[in-house]
Amino acid sequence: MSGNREQPKEIKRREFIGMTVLAAGAASVAPGILLTVAHATAEAEGASSEVRWGLLIDSNKCAESCNACVDACNRENGIDLLQRPQGQGDEMWDAQRPQWIRKVKLKDNQTGEVTNLPMMCQHCEFPPCVDVCPTAASFKRADGIVLVDRHTCIGCRYCMMACPYKARSFIHQNVEQQTLRSPRGKGCVESCNLCVHRIDAGATTTACQDACDKDGHQAILFGDLRDPESALSKALREKSSRQIRADLELNTGVRYTSL
Amino acid sequence: MDSSTGILRAAGLTLAGGVVLLLSTAVYSESAVTSGSKAAGMNSCVAPTAEMRRNHMDYLKHDRDSVVRKGVRDVNNSLADCIECHAEKDGQGGYHPVNAEGQFCSTCHAYLAVSLTCFQCHSKTPEQKQSGAASLSGGGSSGQEGGLGLLIQSDEAAALSVEEMVQLHAVFREE
Repeated sequence: MSGNREQPKEIKRREFIGMTVLAAGAASVAPGILLTVAHATAEAEGASSEVRWGLLIDSNKCAESCNACVDACNRENGIDLLQRPQGQGDEMWDAQRPQWIRKVKLKDNQTGEVTNLPMMCQHCEFPPCVDVCPTAASFKRADGIVLVDRHTCIGCRYCMMACPYKARSFIHQNVEQQTLRSPRGKGCVESCNLCVHRIDAGATTTACQDACDKDGHQAILFGDLRDPESALSKALREKSSRQIRADLELNTGVRYTSL
Repeated sequence: MDSSTGILRAAGLTLAGGVVLLLSTAVYSESAVTSGSKAAGMNSCVAPTAEMRRNHMDYLKHDRDSVVRKGVRDVNNSLADCIECHAEKDGQGGYHPVNAEGQFCSTCHAYLAVSLTCFQCHSKTPEQKQSGAASLSGGGSSGQEGGLGLLIQSDEAAALSVEEMVQLHAVFREE
């Protein structure tokens, strides 16, 4: 705390939130003072280009039979509320239902080595989905999160064709039930948004990371790629990591180790 | 003969016009706020009622862009907050959809024959507490002075310096 006092202007959002929690824990501030912490923080600030959110996925730790991240993602983003359209067969439903995270299994045919990894929007610095969008509905926020503004999405699905990671889904049917935090309706494209509602509220983890940690795998690490002191940056410095399809030079925000 | 039918016709028209006017003002002035909603117990909306009637769509449109595109969630006018106040309780622990027939939105929208597309994508009911438990943010919390609130007794000593309190957006209040 004394370190922060020396440079009050330099205080960062994460540190500030940490400090807030500290202050709340201390439970004594000053006589007659009400400490309110809500709006003046992350929610009012908006996305800042001083951060770039990303993920590091350790595919060694990703267990073969585990689907925890996918299930957590579905719950968090209301994907589990979607009903299968009447009369639709299994094959069509599996092909068309939205999937923000896909579990991918790779097998080296020469050695037989099997690798598992979760595949989601890679939050590229130069996203092809943004390049091709005719209405600028597909866009990149200042903090590096790539998402779809459904208010302007016309459902042309160019972005689905442009994405090298097959990360986007299209909503084919009328949706009866949504959550407040993830609106969803027929005719729009969607994909992983790094749990943007949580991040905007000041959270430091995504739903998939929480689920993975809870199951004891710790294969997913969310953090700020721009902050050299973040756990993510430290892990990236220590281990060799890869971007999938690095040859496309998209500078993805999601990186993989042990791949 | 001609003039008398003219007078009659004029009188009839005036009468009909008056009836239409009466009916329309009756519909227009009657509040669309449903009795079982949170809004029924409040004095006014975020702006005067006449202003809200005419311009609510502009309020929403302006703020939706700053939320979605800039990530500024601390906005004055959010659809989630509209629903929070204007959805009527159904008496079984849930809510009626705010756009259902006879509910707040549809009262005017049906009368004016303006289709309402918000709820093709957006939730029609406030977030139920149980289902929101998985999320850190829960529902739209703006409008409440939420987060952490610590009221310190006047005889307690201050643990933070003034600068730190400014950084923490502490609000100074007289007891």
